[in-house]
Amino acid sequence: MNKIISKEYFSDRVAKFVVEAPLIAKARKAGHFVMVRVGEKGERIPLTIADADVERGTITLVVQRMGVSSTKLCELEAGDYITDLVGPLGQATHIENFGTVVCACGGVGTAPMLPIVTAMKKAGNKVITVLAARTKDLIILEEQIREHSDEVIVMTDDGSYGTKGLVTHGVEAVINREKVDMCVTIGPAIMMKFVSQLTKKYEVPTVASLNTIMVDGTGMCGACRVTVGGKTKFVCVDGPEFDAHQVDFDEMLMRLGGYKEQEQEEMERKILHKS
Amino acid sequence: MKRRDEQWRVDLRAAIKAKDRTSRQRVQMPELDGEYRSKVRNEEVNLGLTPELAMQEAQRCIDCANPSCMQGCPVNIQIPDFIKKIEVGEFLEAAKILKETSALPAVCGRVCPQERQCEAQCIHVKMNKEPVAIGYLERFAADYERESGQISVPEVAPPNGIKIAVVGSGPAGLSFAGDMVKLGYDVQVFEALHEIGGVLKYGIPEFRLPNKIVDVEIDNLRAMGVKFMTNCIIGKTLTIKQLEEEGYQGIFVASGAGLPRFMNIKGENLVGIMSSNEYLTRVNLMDAANPEADTPVYKGKKVAVIGGGNTAMDSVRTARRLGAEKAMIVYRRSEEEMPARREEVHHAKSEGIDFLTLHNPIEYIGNDKGRVTHMVLQVMELGEPDASGRRSPVPVLGKTVTIEVDEVIVSVGVSPNPLISQSTPELEVSKWGTLVVDQETMQSTSMPIIFAGGDIVRGGATVILAMGDGRRAAAAMDEWIKSKS
Repeated sequence: MNKIISKEYFSDRVAKFVVEAPLIAKARKAGHFVMVRVGEKGERIPLTIADADVERGTITLVVQRMGVSSTKLCELEAGDYITDLVGPLGQATHIENFGTVVCACGGVGTAPMLPIVTAMKKAGNKVITVLAARTKDLIILEEQIREHSDEVIVMTDDGSYGTKGLVTHGVEAVINREKVDMCVTIGPAIMMKFVSQLTKKYEVPTVASLNTIMVDGTGMCGACRVTVGGKTKFVCVDGPEFDAHQVDFDEMLMRLGGYKEQEQEEMERKILHKS
Repeated sequence: MKRRDEQWRVDLRAAIKAKDRTSRQRVQMPELDGEYRSKVRNEEVNLGLTPELAMQEAQRCIDCANPSCMQGCPVNIQIPDFIKKIEVGEFLEAAKILKETSALPAVCGRVCPQERQCEAQCIHVKMNKEPVAIGYLERFAADYERESGQISVPEVAPPNGIKIAVVGSGPAGLSFAGDMVKLGYDVQVFEALHEIGGVLKYGIPEFRLPNKIVDVEIDNLRAMGVKFMTNCIIGKTLTIKQLEEEGYQGIFVASGAGLPRFMNIKGENLVGIMSSNEYLTRVNLMDAANPEADTPVYKGKKVAVIGGGNTAMDSVRTARRLGAEKAMIVYRRSEEEMPARREEVHHAKSEGIDFLTLHNPIEYIGNDKGRVTHMVLQVMELGEPDASGRRSPVPVLGKTVTIEVDEVIVSVGVSPNPLISQSTPELEVSKWGTLVVDQETMQSTSMPIIFAGGDIVRGGATVILAMGDGRRAAAAMDEWIKSKS
């Protein structure tokens, strides 16, 4: 049981939680994730750690209300307890001084990107962050990202904030302007697929942080498997970050949709029907 | 005095002639009807012996002077001692004897392959008769005690204040913890998942081993003083080094199975194809078939399970219970070579499971949504014996069949859990990823503070072998710690 210390809304669908987890706070590095379960009949879902405070013994999680499990989590308030929380899991992000790094993130992908931006900057890189979302309200953590980036480019689909366009437009503008040594991308699978296609064209090495379906998250079930460079890899123990140019995103997208029907049925029965 | 020489035992032996004992028929385990049970998810198949049946079966044991059955038991259960207590109707005493050496008698009585261990060594077998049903009797005594409400807590030595860590709460870890706490150690078990029990909870289905039975055995260990911490992954949340710094004098690693093996064939990542670990974890640990649970599971109508081990049998029988009209085992060798227990194969067949032996999948075909719709099977035949001594399967050239499926469960083994070895580089690991230990003491060859057992050492074995490892490691660690001070 882990106590929620504070909760803050970024938008009506996205909430930030600061959760008591002293051992995880101490052990985690940029790129690590945790498995979370809410309620005795709850599902185990992976969430990337957005931040940690070793002294206060807390970690920060950013959650977007999507299906039953994320909704149940978003319904918890400060003072409530998360039934189960385990981690930190996965391989930490490979941080070194590459030179110029472009961090391309979309939606709630900005949350797990924050520790990477921070670590990349600390390692001496010039960090350019491209923050993208559908609309202005969905741009999150802009202030914190600005604090650790040399430059921030905001992109919105509808042009309500920053430049109108997709994340790829922002990344391409940077590549056309200066030499980019490394790109890191976190966001919806479809977004990462297009970022990867773009940087491949320009031969910019790119790492993508994948968020697949997991059951245990500790290297036991194999639900998270993806094809990377023609080989089956497990996101929970081999990842979550992989060479984006080697990832079979189409297969990943197909597998992500595997439980869509059950999820919709559950959502209607357990969440929508209730209210 | 040996228990066998006590007067009541001598009299009991004399009460019925050995020849009379050996000529009696072995009892039949009462079980649920096959058709009925293929439709109920959580009812145990084997119903257990009645007190009358148990006492009747106990009379078959001739109480040998040198009981060979015990040589077949990895945890050294005092077999004739407990059986004779059953014969005289002292069932609670029988249960106490079981608990002297086994932390999980109700579990062993259900899932041990007795036909290859104790019962295989029974004197009756040497006389061409059916062995004494030791497993049924073990289960009976453990169940009787539990249901009586008079559960005895084994005696524990006075605390010695020495801290011991156990990594993993499966059969190896629990058996080790039980022995160490009896010796007076301060035992802390760390479990990665949110439930205690490891494979007993996430792997073995309710119809073969109900969770409530596992929980009672765990509560018994708690009552003896074993401490448990869930949601803590050694190698991630805490490292081995941190455990040493916190003053743990010995660490038993029993972190179990890791990544499932796949066959690396075309289409294997299609939606609807998963490992038996995933399928069973969803259904058993996460209770996914219960509408109240949030974890989803496919309830395929035409389900193929690839493999011939106990896990494959558990998976295919689960699929049948979740509503599969056609549930089949696909195995590349013949039934003769199947590693699954005979009882499990027999149970599967009476539940209407099809057996496609001498077939091996070579490709899966999916629809436009990426869901599996067909599997292509290569027809096999048996060739010369291979390294395992079993006749090796060879493809019959050009002969394949394509079968309609909507769910495939791959059950072709697992590799050891990589989390400890990844985070502890100084630990010696074999090329298969298993921890290298002394075969007798289970002590790591590279880090003396570490002992290990179960699947992390064996790469894939049975509950009872894991428990045997736990017992041997406990005895050896106790000796090692004493020799240091």
